[in-house]
Amino acid sequence: MEDFSILIGGKAGDGIRQIGGLVAGLLGRLGYHVFFWDDYPSLIRGGHNFSLIRACRCMIQANTDSVDLIVALNAETVDRHKSRLKPGGTIVFDADAFEAEGLGLNLGSMVKQAGGKPVMRNTAAFAVIGKMLGLKWEVVEKIVRDSFKKATEINLAIARAAYDQAGGTTLDIEAGPAEPLPLMTGNEAIALGAAAAGLDLYVAYPMTPATSILHFLAAHEEELGLVTYHPENEIAAAVTAIGAAYAGARTMVGSAGGGFALMAEAVSLAAQSETPVVFVVSQRPGPSTGVPTYTTQGDLGFVLSAGHGEFLRFVVAPGDVNEAFELTGLAMNMAWKYQIPAFVLTDKCLSESTYCFDAGGAAVTREEGLLWDGGGGYKRYLDTEGGVSPLAFPGTAGAVVKGTSYEHDEYGITTEVAEAVTAMQEKRMKKRAGLARDVETDLEAVKTYGPPGSDTAILTWGSTKGACVEVAEALGVGVVQPVILEPFPAEALRSALAGAKKVIGVEVNVTGCLADLAACHGVEVAERILKYDGRPFTIDDLKKKVEGVIG
Amino acid sequence: MSETGLDTYAENTWCKGCGNFGILSAANAAFKTLAAEGRPLETIAIASGIGCSSKIVDYIDVNSFYSIHGRVPPTLTGIKLANRGLSVIGFTGDGDAYGEGLAHVIMSAKRNIDVTVVIHNNRVYGLTTGQFTPTSPRGFRGKSTPRGSVEHPLNPLDLMLAAGATFVARGFSVKADHLADLIVQGVKHKGFALIDVLQPCFTFFNTYKFYNEKVYELEGHDVSDLEAARARAREWDYGAEAERIPIGLFYRVERPTYDEEVLRGLVLAARRERADIGAFIRSHM
Ligand SMILES: Cc1ncc(C[n+]2csc(CCOP(=O)(O)OP(=O)(O)O)c2C)c(N)n1
Ligand code: SF4
Ligand SMILES: [Mg+2]
Repeated sequence: MEDFSILIGGKAGDGIRQIGGLVAGLLGRLGYHVFFWDDYPSLIRGGHNFSLIRACRCMIQANTDSVDLIVALNAETVDRHKSRLKPGGTIVFDADAFEAEGLGLNLGSMVKQAGGKPVMRNTAAFAVIGKMLGLKWEVVEKIVRDSFKKATEINLAIARAAYDQAGGTTLDIEAGPAEPLPLMTGNEAIALGAAAAGLDLYVAYPMTPATSILHFLAAHEEELGLVTYHPENEIAAAVTAIGAAYAGARTMVGSAGGGFALMAEAVSLAAQSETPVVFVVSQRPGPSTGVPTYTTQGDLGFVLSAGHGEFLRFVVAPGDVNEAFELTGLAMNMAWKYQIPAFVLTDKCLSESTYCFDAGGAAVTREEGLLWDGGGGYKRYLDTEGGVSPLAFPGTAGAVVKGTSYEHDEYGITTEVAEAVTAMQEKRMKKRAGLARDVETDLEAVKTYGPPGSDTAILTWGSTKGACVEVAEALGVGVVQPVILEPFPAEALRSALAGAKKVIGVEVNVTGCLADLAACHGVEVAERILKYDGRPFTIDDLKKKVEGVIG
Repeated sequence: MSETGLDTYAENTWCKGCGNFGILSAANAAFKTLAAEGRPLETIAIASGIGCSSKIVDYIDVNSFYSIHGRVPPTLTGIKLANRGLSVIGFTGDGDAYGEGLAHVIMSAKRNIDVTVVIHNNRVYGLTTGQFTPTSPRGFRGKSTPRGSVEHPLNPLDLMLAAGATFVARGFSVKADHLADLIVQGVKHKGFALIDVLQPCFTFFNTYKFYNEKVYELEGHDVSDLEAARARAREWDYGAEAERIPIGLFYRVERPTYDEEVLRGLVLAARRERADIGAFIRSHM
């Protein structure tokens, strides 16, 4: 099959995500492009969890409404999702747990007979999916063996029983000619992009949907040669990162909007002390605790304005894992080039969904900042032509390095003298010219997709671009996606939209944050298609809405 | 003001008679001693928060980071994690450390990060012109408590012992030599060191007479005995009354430090080995 989707559902604690990951990994290795959305409520037991995996021969970065196969470990999965089933699609369910229409298998009994734990129904579910995909037993066996390091034999027995009972192949996959691509989540790509740009220390307090950056880096910190630190709260996280950067380490912090709110004083401190730090903000629906495990693009205004005082910042908003990798690396390098706070604005959909990583153009390296050459007396805040002062770090003989949150003279001593205050405000703002030049000329700040010069263009950002690009292709319209949001690439955006008579803003938020921002820069967005239920657009849904607008 | 050669050109703006002067001379003397003992001045990094006390970083010509209110411990922690080779010392006020940033002080003690924190404890907010702090006595009449504070004071030494600090001391700004020695010991101590310094605020809470009458130096105290340390710490509850107020080293114990345990020998600020991220992706993802 060219393009198909599998939905696996159960309650929290049923191991749904694990099976989703195995199925996605399997399809990826078969050369499919994969998109895997992990849908779960904010609880540990109970509730309704599902993994929605789409596989396609061409590049995809969003789900469809309709699915080809539903594997249900509870009745709720069938009730909620049976309407999505395509004609000719199959529902497989655990006949020991409930009754439904479709192919009932005694998953519960298989587990019992093998002496397994109830959660091992997910192994059975995986084997069933393997069978329905036409995989040989040996392939299923190997994956189960590799994935279940504990109770391997029991899991194998369960898998075998399920495989044998599952019936025939319903999703016929051809082994693809395509070279398999690595799979990763947005958060993994952010972590790796930062590591490639020289991340030394990642500091974070857990908060969904940013938490898995911390988990991933902590699990791999030795191989990656860096260190992770989980302190008492987000204030400590951000200030620790600043202290470490002052002393010469490349640092990054990450949280959701609520945790980032606590970091606002540190953003301002980074700006005044000219200390480079990368802040990752992964959006989830607010205000406040909001909807913790779902998605939004509602924190754009917050990230653009967080921190008191006037200062420069660099903000990127990746829309897929390739961009997450490249743009996080860019954010780190730009933070150090200009000694300013930089931000990676992501969202639950990008952070926690699994995508194919196409490292093609994604070369990220650690670019050195401007370092002190050892000549003359060291001044941390030396006023230079471009506003960037050479860096030295404590421990350097001949340099006294004085960083500060107060307004200061070039040496770093507090000042309240009018002329000195004026001079330092201007010194920091001098960096704007270089930064703006980089954004408008050297960097790809705005991406475009679809037929050039089409009358209608979709203006979108972040993870929403995945659905937009696919829908636009089907409808023959263009897509414009700014990936750098501050300094705002107004020129590049205007020229990308030059031919468009109608601009449609598509965002997962309730006001149209990017559309409003674009309007401030003279770009008129005539129509807005907004979604704010915490779920990303599906292809079917967005297509209908765009058709409705273009008539 | 001092012959240490550590002065900057910054104008000193502390009030005449302020206890901070004693702490400044003690710090300078301590840094000189440490330098003479093989810790060159460029390997010293100090940080402060916000308050009269925190101005000290402008007055000492060593590496410094003038951080924000309450956030001295995380600033120190970041510096130490970036470069364990540095001696990292914080100077800040009681409002800053025990009010705005108390959680950081407790957690830094708990994790035993190898830094030293010197608290200029004038038991008042000096820079904001005289409000009560967590260590002001009950009944303290400040501008925010004109009828007298109804809160009991916090005993920071007792709290630090409970939090697991591995070095707990008290100094008195008038006894600068004694304090200098405590700072040297605190810096040399491998682990988290807290030195609470009784520092009269000449302008908003003049405690010179009170301390001069009550303060005595600990003698014959076993610094490895936690219970004895607790008993000594409880001799005075930071209230308006006191029989006697001990100063000196209350408690010292060796425990592995957070930085040595998590850094795997790395100096993050000078990391040379870089992982091959492409290879990592090929093998893991
Ligand atoms: C976040 C924040 N809140 C409030 C202040 C205002 N402020 C400056 S210093 C200070 C209190 C200082 O008291 P303390 O730490 O005891 O220092 P002292 O001046 O007594 O040395 C306050 C509340 C601030 N700078 N930052
Ligand atoms: S207000 Fe008090 S603490 Fe501040 S400088 Fe004056 S005497 Fe010192
Ligand atoms: Mg005070």
